[in-house]
Amino acid sequence: MPPVARLAPWSAAALLSLLLLAGPAQAAAGAAAAAAAVPWWVWPLALFLVCFVMGVVAVPAGIGGGTLFVPIVGGFFPFHLDFVRGAGLLVALASALAAAPVLLRGGLGSLRLALPLAVLASASSIGGAMLGLAMPANVVQILLGGLVLGIVVLMAVSRRSEVPLVERPDALSRALALHGVFVDRASGRSIAWQVHRTVPGLIVFAGIGVLAGMFGIGAGWANVPALNLLMGAPLKVAAGSSGLVLSMVDSSAAWVYVNQGAVLPMIAVPSVVGMMLGARIGAQLLGVLDGAVIRRMVIGLLLFAGARALLKGLGVWP
Amino acid sequence: MTDDAVAQSPEQLRYARWLDWGTRAGLLVLVLSFAAYVGGLGQPQVPVDRLPELWSLPVAQFLQATGMPNGWGWLGLIGRSDIAGLAGIAILAGCSLPCLLALVPLYLRRGDKAFAWLCVAEAAVLLLAASGLLTSGH
Repeated sequence: MPPVARLAPWSAAALLSLLLLAGPAQAAAGAAAAAAAVPWWVWPLALFLVCFVMGVVAVPAGIGGGTLFVPIVGGFFPFHLDFVRGAGLLVALASALAAAPVLLRGGLGSLRLALPLAVLASASSIGGAMLGLAMPANVVQILLGGLVLGIVVLMAVSRRSEVPLVERPDALSRALALHGVFVDRASGRSIAWQVHRTVPGLIVFAGIGVLAGMFGIGAGWANVPALNLLMGAPLKVAAGSSGLVLSMVDSSAAWVYVNQGAVLPMIAVPSVVGMMLGARIGAQLLGVLDGAVIRRMVIGLLLFAGARALLKGLGVWP
Repeated sequence: MTDDAVAQSPEQLRYARWLDWGTRAGLLVLVLSFAAYVGGLGQPQVPVDRLPELWSLPVAQFLQATGMPNGWGWLGLIGRSDIAGLAGIAILAGCSLPCLLALVPLYLRRGDKAFAWLCVAEAAVLLLAASGLLTSGH
């Protein structure tokens, strides 16, 4: 195994260690006065390190860093969940915005496919964000725990189809010309694609928007299966267009959090910078890592974070 | 221009170009303002050493305890080093808006009214979200 490849399992182990250290520290800091005893710079620094490691493992695991951010930071850091969700949206938004131009130029992201879905999902994400900010924090924690455990199940059992067969696009797909061609660099082939089940797809994306806004969680875990398995977009187009949808959905939801005062630069900026730097390293490691091993480790990590959110919300593990 | 770029529609390429610049500007402002904030340049609205006793509060209580504004009130305090960071965040959250509006003439020119309307609709959703008209709270 190349030396650089040994980094990723160590990164996941480092993340777990950081969380195990942060957990008791947070428990000790349960009271605001106790938290204040820790120098202020410790938390943004720890946040930067944890987000950096999350960024490293997220890419090879095939999951957006935003999906890891809210359950892990919400569960193991002393910040209120309102600020964690605001920062989570910023993390997912910044990552999606940074990737979108490259995906669009390369033809892996389709503006034509993303735009109709993004309109509905953006509108519903505003409702989700308002609902999330209106609910008591423990209720949000319980729902978040349930959602994260659901994501674990989805990651563990979901199939993927590289190029699904779409024999006949539906009427709406034809009317909106939701089709295209992309060049698969792995095989060097030009692949023509079209989609079907557009109306069910729009309904599913409206629901995804609510979840994205409510929990401040990146929704790539839901976007990609919806585009790929439901609507029949090729996997690479689904992944690329998902990022584009995310960039618009998270923009809408982020504004609600900004306007409510729930975005603190001290939490958001180290998170965004750490995650983006980590993702660059993760992308470089992509070719030399065993993605399946990293994916299993991330599933384990999410299982832990989901259980933690659920138990925190129920008051069992405050 | 790359082969990939030739293969993509003018709308997609324009969107990519505008979004790229918006994202770069947002990230630059975000990082520079944060560096100034933690480096002690300028007067913050909330001193950094007070944050650990405040960031565990729900947002409504945090605003009450700190006098931080909500809605677009932060623009009036943009000179404060901690609030300046919100400018970068606003650029990132708002940079899709000009990109969408820039596509409308392209779609109209080729007679694709449906996508021109979709761009306007998405821009309207973003504007509504940014307006601060929709509020909620604990």
